[in-house]
Amino acid sequence: MLGYILRRLLATIPVLVIVAVLVFLMLRLTPGDPAAVIAGDNANTEQIALIRNRLGLDQPILTQFLIWAGNLLRGELGESFFFKKPIGELIIGRIEPTLSLAFATMLIAISVAIPLGVLAAYKHGSWIDRIVMGFSVLGFSVPVFVIGYALIYVFAITLGWFPVQGYQPLSSGFGGFLQRLVLPAVTLSVIYIALIARMTRASVLEVLNEDYIRTARAKGQVERKILFRHALKNAAVPIVTVVGIGIALLIGGVVVTESVYSIPGLGRLTVDAVLARDYPTIQAVILLFSGVYVGINLLIDLAYSLFDPRIRY
Amino acid sequence: MSPEPTLLAPAAAEPAPPARTVMKRLVRNPVVAIGGTVLLLMTMIGLFAPWLGTLDPTAINPSTRNRLPGFERTIRADDGTATVFKHRMGTDSLGRDVYSRVVYGARVSLLIAVSVASFAIAIGLVIGLVAGYVRPLDGIIMRFMDGLMAIPGILLAIAVVSLFRSGLVSVIIAIIVPEIPRVVRVVRSIVLSVREEPYVEAAIMAGTRLPKLMVRHILPNTIAPLIVQGTFIAASAILVEAILSFLGIGIPPEIPTWGNIMAEGRNLFRVFPHNILYPGIFLALTVLAVNMLGDGLRDTLDPKMAGR
Amino acid sequence: MAGRLRTLVAACAIVAGTSLAQAQTLKIVMHSDVKIVDPIWTTAYIVRNHGYMIYDTLFSMDEAGNIKPQMVESFTESPDKLTYKFTLRDGLLWHDGKPVTSADCIASITRWSAKDPVGQKLMTFVDTITADDAKSFTVKLKSPTGLLIFGLGKPSSNVPFMMPERVAKTDPNTQISEFIGSGPFVLKTDEWKPGDKIVYTKFKDYKPRSEPASGLAGGKVAKVDRIEWLAVADQQQAVNALLAGEIDMVEQPAFDLIPLLAGDKSIKLWNYNPLGLQYTMRFNHTQPPFDNPKVRQAVTYALNQKDFLEATVGNPDYYQPCKAMFVCGTQLASEKGMDGLLESNFKKSQELLKEAGYDGKPIVLLHSTDLQSLTNLGPVAKQLLEKGGFKVDMQSSDWQTVVSRRVRKDPIDKGGWNVMQTSWVSADILNPVMAGFFNASCDKAAFGWPCDAQMEKLRDDFAREPDPAKQKAIAEAVQMRWREVVTHVHLGQYNVPIATRTNVTGILTAPAPVFWNVEKK
Repeated sequence: MLGYILRRLLATIPVLVIVAVLVFLMLRLTPGDPAAVIAGDNANTEQIALIRNRLGLDQPILTQFLIWAGNLLRGELGESFFFKKPIGELIIGRIEPTLSLAFATMLIAISVAIPLGVLAAYKHGSWIDRIVMGFSVLGFSVPVFVIGYALIYVFAITLGWFPVQGYQPLSSGFGGFLQRLVLPAVTLSVIYIALIARMTRASVLEVLNEDYIRTARAKGQVERKILFRHALKNAAVPIVTVVGIGIALLIGGVVVTESVYSIPGLGRLTVDAVLARDYPTIQAVILLFSGVYVGINLLIDLAYSLFDPRIRY
Repeated sequence: MSPEPTLLAPAAAEPAPPARTVMKRLVRNPVVAIGGTVLLLMTMIGLFAPWLGTLDPTAINPSTRNRLPGFERTIRADDGTATVFKHRMGTDSLGRDVYSRVVYGARVSLLIAVSVASFAIAIGLVIGLVAGYVRPLDGIIMRFMDGLMAIPGILLAIAVVSLFRSGLVSVIIAIIVPEIPRVVRVVRSIVLSVREEPYVEAAIMAGTRLPKLMVRHILPNTIAPLIVQGTFIAASAILVEAILSFLGIGIPPEIPTWGNIMAEGRNLFRVFPHNILYPGIFLALTVLAVNMLGDGLRDTLDPKMAGR
Repeated sequence: MAGRLRTLVAACAIVAGTSLAQAQTLKIVMHSDVKIVDPIWTTAYIVRNHGYMIYDTLFSMDEAGNIKPQMVESFTESPDKLTYKFTLRDGLLWHDGKPVTSADCIASITRWSAKDPVGQKLMTFVDTITADDAKSFTVKLKSPTGLLIFGLGKPSSNVPFMMPERVAKTDPNTQISEFIGSGPFVLKTDEWKPGDKIVYTKFKDYKPRSEPASGLAGGKVAKVDRIEWLAVADQQQAVNALLAGEIDMVEQPAFDLIPLLAGDKSIKLWNYNPLGLQYTMRFNHTQPPFDNPKVRQAVTYALNQKDFLEATVGNPDYYQPCKAMFVCGTQLASEKGMDGLLESNFKKSQELLKEAGYDGKPIVLLHSTDLQSLTNLGPVAKQLLEKGGFKVDMQSSDWQTVVSRRVRKDPIDKGGWNVMQTSWVSADILNPVMAGFFNASCDKAAFGWPCDAQMEKLRDDFAREPDPAKQKAIAEAVQMRWREVVTHVHLGQYNVPIATRTNVTGILTAPAPVFWNVEKK
């Protein structure tokens, strides 16, 4: 097992290296010129050239890459062109909102979707099943910002139950924190409810058709026990997978949700950085997200070996 | 182990069922029928946009901005004749007719869906075949695909858009790139599993040439899963286009796409919800139809997955 | 379940309510996030606004447009108008408690004049600046100019803000790294989170002038303890938050959302900057076809301001077509030479294009799509220019891309550009020396690079002329010359009101939003 974990860990390194090279190349080939952006309206060509020189943007691309990669290996993410702060500091300041949003979203999604999925599978072919399936297709079909605006319109503007925007750190009070987190988390969870409910239903359905469930039924075991002890347990592997993928996909979702609700998280940081051509920040954030993705995949693999005793390494 | 959803497990390597039975099964499936009809309707709307009582979707008119649905405007032609035009869905903040933009938007949005799906499938198919068949390249290609996949799709798309001048083509490319690795994985796993099948091994032993082997034995097995995958890519392409527009980095805003109309109207959502509402309904309906079609196709083409 | 949910929500509201009720904090959504904090290094208006929070100026402009002493107690002018002696007020302190000295001021003036167009011009007149003692300094000029006092009281970007000597010694092309001023508010560096908020607190030891506040001049009395500028990217969300009372002020509400605010009893709109802003079209003079003055003249015939203003502002209460090149409502405003221009005379435009031999090659119009106030300019320009005989290739992108493309002189097929549009605060373009787009010094000029010796001579004349009546004559001559060379075109004047909750009072009428004198009841 330990050897397996080690092997998997090592296998992530080339992936991250490829990500780093890809991201670096992609951004340095873009037409935007951060020096011009930074210099502002009155700047003349000479002043812009000076800034470009100071940021090292006039060096050959290979040199720029080597400098960047070298710093990266020493654990230095560099300094943001724009914010004039170390990127590590910037990212740490933005992690809490994004983590809170992601956590709340998955909490809502899992606690709604798994019961729904199990129910739909159990009542296979009934109207409940159809509604759950219909909702799950619909959940994939509406853009997340439309859901956001609709929820804001109803729950924040019309009913006044929640604030329309903003984020409050956990440290300044749980009430305010929760109150501001509910709408964004619900907004973002819709698509995951759809995804996870669908997967749960499919997996449970498959397990319910297995011989040992039939045997259990024939032996007269209580339905609830069959459902939860046997079916859900054995359906756990694909569900865990889909939850894991969900967490990885969440990264894309937070970009939009954070924009709609003005949450100062990593998603907003990314969009701001892209619009400002803040290369070091974009690189760092994409690397971070990719690292998280790779890490989650690793965890999924490990979870497999835990949940499914048939898989041995 | 692949972290991909097992939704698209490679089809078993049995020879594909005759086309006619498949068609019959498809038509009988109500989900496919509804999805297909809606999609056909949207396609017709897009194709016949100029004859559906529309104006030039890019023509601005600063004096009649932000009018509610039903607003009537007198249009004077160059020869002095006046006609009354009813803005069925109101006007946007530049005085453009929202109805015309929504109808023309069907064209662009569907064009994006179809081109993204077909290019992603085509490119992914080629790379996947190579990876699955040419063993020495497999490792390199798949590591590269892993890297590409590790970058969150939206971020990758954002980065690709900023690479090029923003335009229809660059947005299409931006949406294609993150989809490719997923297609490659599906194709590769099919190739790998088909190669192990006794009848394919027998064919190889018998000295069947590579092109024939591909066309006869491998490609047919990829068709069904790729069609299904294609519909899901198409659905997500429409959504991603809308998100890119929403973030202000999509297709140039004067080109009518549903995403652009909504992005344009989002600042005024509270006062003039029609700018989000109408394109939103069209978009959701279309994506819903494509998704239903995809579900139906999967159930029919891949009986193992039926009922999921 | 529903009942329990409601209780929970109510409980949350109570907790949130108590935390909001803390003492005198103003929560403001500004037009942009503060990413850079060096107001000399960049001209961005948000950074200028930040500068007015923490820094002070030697002179400042009052509501009527006169330059008044601010940090300066008194100054003397020699009869030959060549020697000026300035004395600082008593009790001026930096935020770290050290006194403000003349050495600090000299270093600050030097750094500012290296970056600012007025400062650069001013320095061509300055012979020496020397400190007499800790509190006074002398400026010796080579020849008389009205630019000295005007420049030191320049109201908008770049404002000559005073910084401690060690900070002002920073190379002008490098950003400062210490944010200490002597202004009425202190930057809370530990609470500043770019992309989220920037926080200021009242500077307790600030000694305001005794005069009442007027414009940027007079006593800068901070009346709230704490000011937070929040970054809210979504315009509608900013307005929603203001309506819900979650914030106190929106600096630049979107025009189309103003009816929503105007109809609400809890909201007050302040027309704080009557001179407003000007939409401007800029040509690239180095690339065909706009290297030909006839083609640029054709544009002045094809366009009209009303279409631009209708499409961007929409509400006539907030806009005014203004053909004058030097801001309607000021002394230098004049319609001289403007007859027939900006009236969408498409026929005349087409004729001029024919004379110029325009070959019908599409011109590249840079269109920014992410700044609410600029987005709608592009499509209007495209439509009017096409009617005037141009072929237009409108290239849309975010503003930052526009900003980085417009400084490139490359040919059109290598990513170059022909036309772009932006907006200037009127206070930045009051006269031919200040208004950067009139600078026609070829390669040294701002992007667009107009090249005209006669225009440059007129600008020098203006700088040398202290007499207002004669200044006006020179400004009119500049305008007549402009008609020939067409460095840029104004697309109309407009105002953006500040929206506040009604319990906020004391917003000052000034070219920049400032927050001393503002109270929250």
